[in-house]
Amino acid sequence: MNRKSTRLLIPLLSILSALVVSTLIIFMAGRDPLMIFLKMFHATFGSAYGSGQVLFRMTTLIFVALAVALPFQVRLFNIGAEGQLLLGAFAAAMTGAMLPAWLPSLASITLCIISAMAAGAGWALLAAVLKVRFGVNEVIGTIMLNFIAQGITGYFLTWHFAIPSTVHTAPITDAAVIPAFGTLTGWFANSPANLSTILAIGIALLFRMLIFSSRFGYEMRAVGLQPDAARYGGIKAGMHTLTAMGLGGAAAGLGAANIVLGYRHSFEAGMTGGVGFTGIAVALLAGAHPLWILLSALFFGVLEYGGLTVNAWIPKDIFMIIEALTILLVITFSALGRRLQQE
Amino acid sequence: MAVAIRLSALSKKFGRFSANRNISLLVEKGTIHALVGENGAGKSTLTKIIYGMHRPTSGEMFIDGKGVSFSSPREAIHSGIGMVHQHFMLIPELTVTENIILGNEHCGLFQRILLKKSKALILNDAEAYGLALDPDALVGSLSIGEQQRVEILKLLFRRAAIMIFDEPTAVLTPLETERFFATLRSLRDRGKTIILITHKLDEVLAVADMVSVMRRGEIVGTIPVALATKGELARMMVGRNLLMRVTNPPASPGETILSINRLGFRTKKGVERLHDLSLLIRAGEIYGIAGVEGNGQSELLQILWGLAPEGAIISGEALLKGSSLIGRSPAEIADMGVSHIPEDRLRHAVISNYTVSENLLFGRHRERFFHQGIGFNTHRLNRYAKEMIADYALSCSSPNRQSLRALSGGNQQKVVLARELSRPAVSLLLLAQPTRGVDIGAIETIHKKIIEARASGMAILLLSSELEEIIALSTRIGCLYKGSIRHEFSLEEVELKRDSGHEFQKEIGIHIT
Repeated sequence: MNRKSTRLLIPLLSILSALVVSTLIIFMAGRDPLMIFLKMFHATFGSAYGSGQVLFRMTTLIFVALAVALPFQVRLFNIGAEGQLLLGAFAAAMTGAMLPAWLPSLASITLCIISAMAAGAGWALLAAVLKVRFGVNEVIGTIMLNFIAQGITGYFLTWHFAIPSTVHTAPITDAAVIPAFGTLTGWFANSPANLSTILAIGIALLFRMLIFSSRFGYEMRAVGLQPDAARYGGIKAGMHTLTAMGLGGAAAGLGAANIVLGYRHSFEAGMTGGVGFTGIAVALLAGAHPLWILLSALFFGVLEYGGLTVNAWIPKDIFMIIEALTILLVITFSALGRRLQQE
Repeated sequence: MAVAIRLSALSKKFGRFSANRNISLLVEKGTIHALVGENGAGKSTLTKIIYGMHRPTSGEMFIDGKGVSFSSPREAIHSGIGMVHQHFMLIPELTVTENIILGNEHCGLFQRILLKKSKALILNDAEAYGLALDPDALVGSLSIGEQQRVEILKLLFRRAAIMIFDEPTAVLTPLETERFFATLRSLRDRGKTIILITHKLDEVLAVADMVSVMRRGEIVGTIPVALATKGELARMMVGRNLLMRVTNPPASPGETILSINRLGFRTKKGVERLHDLSLLIRAGEIYGIAGVEGNGQSELLQILWGLAPEGAIISGEALLKGSSLIGRSPAEIADMGVSHIPEDRLRHAVISNYTVSENLLFGRHRERFFHQGIGFNTHRLNRYAKEMIADYALSCSSPNRQSLRALSGGNQQKVVLARELSRPAVSLLLLAQPTRGVDIGAIETIHKKIIEARASGMAILLLSSELEEIIALSTRIGCLYKGSIRHEFSLEEVELKRDSGHEFQKEIGIHIT
């Protein structure tokens, strides 16, 4: 079997087997699997609103998955996309609320996006500096920074910036709102899908180019594959750790912009809902390849929103099981695929 | 006398690479049998086969006359074979007794461990072989020499009749070594069979009864130690009759390119690896360094390529056309006109998952010539790859698709050589083990290219464990021993003696042992 077809076959095979297993689980839970899957399909692709919801979730997932995928090229596990997303969201909301109302839309949005990216990048860089300078394992570093990010945003929200008797901050200025597709063209009416989706696809393309077609990516992948050889070749591994984490964090910040500037228009407690962790799964399923991430994010977007819509018929827990099972199956299958290729 | 181990036509292949070829060996019961050879000669693979960690690709093995085929160390242990690894397999948090009985508790999984009885057995063994130890001490609190005794007691506890020691003295102080040798002799005198892996020839002469020399996966000779001399063993270890000999026209060296002055290297722990090493290399000459591995070769290369480990203390100077190389990064050193072909090319010189083209670029990717936009100029890169493939007779049909790992060892080395020799404005080439793991066919091309590079005015520092290679290629030869150049053969001497082969090898042998 050649490499291309295994690359395609393995994710498909794992999704398929996950589907079979979840059918069984739904069946065992005493529900009709076909009915559930049909309901899910109608609620997602079957309606404009549902499609918009899926698109919105997909967009955030693309950004957080990219935040995981880039550091993965230098063999770093960024478990901190959630924290980077939280701080990015907080920064975007605060900037958006403080901007003067007369500032033109383009400038307002740009400023908010930049502050979200800077917050995400800064938070990721902190873990990278700990790693390069003091040898702190990036998994531990990013997990701890997730807790700290949660604490910081929670504290500032509750004690300083929440509007009294609510759990959210003051809304951002109208000019800082990223327009929804619904208001611009009438597509996906009333859904949270906004122009960020286009940005997400653009950034994924940019990351692909950066990783596979640029000199920077050439060096970066070499560091990931054979760190010793990279040293002999005069490549500075520390620099690549820093940039990969920094750029990854910035991508997570963009995910925050999608949520805050595109949909919620303020910072709210628990608004990220652990999507940063789902991003790890999205990136894994895609083999950390930016273009495959687009597809994999779509798949998880459908699962996430689809799970919500069939809540009345089947507990959301079932969909958590499907998601987690898919990840496990992917890891198992790709290990199997590697073994097949070696033999 | 009874035979403890008999190997007959044993071979082991890893993919295309033969780690052991057609090995036949007799080890008599109650002897100390030394196995010597350079790194990569196949000693470890052979002992791993005997210990059941690898299965041989072909051939047979007999223990005490019975044919065996181990699929795991557990089975080897069962047949009475024990091994002390170079890095001890001990758990520092457990006591001596607990470590020794681990995996061999002689009781059921949920039964009480018979600590007292075991302790008595251990003390008994310890006394019999003069291995004084406190059985209740924590292993973590013991010295390295004492930990080694724990390992030996472990083998005795398991009633091993055949004991394999992998580089046992590498970590010992001279005093501990003496004591260890006494233990080995007493083990032998009580009928144990011992296989001793080492590359220290003094030790072989001091303690072994028989010695087998390995080179390139084969046993090139087995002789009684009583008849062996150090020089002869060294020659067997590093010498080799190349099938072909490259023509080496007389050199006329020019200006000095590299001058090394009283270079010293001390590791973080204070061990001296280089001591007052001085040499000069001029344009258009190959300076060959002859020496047994571990005499400072790696450290010299590390310093010259800016990769000395953190905490190492470097003294003296290394000047390239007058400017110092010490303290610079590999990228800076490359920019000054230095190329480096490291000894372990798969680990250090290439990215095995990258394509051949990408590897031809590796380390040279900073050169503007190949740049375009944020990426590379594919047109120029393709042309360059094509040229190199033709020029070095690389067998590779699609350099943009084939990954480097798919090439043979010889072709991989050609990729590295092509890349490093064609660097613009190179004045110095650091060349280590140019033909290690390379098939005979590629050796000729590689040697020709090296001579060509010399003729074009490059200064080359050649390190090789193949004495014959050093003699065939070098303009001058320095004999490296314990971190300094002990003797240097001048241009005239080398020219004169190059063709006398054996005699010259023997002469060099004296200076490197």
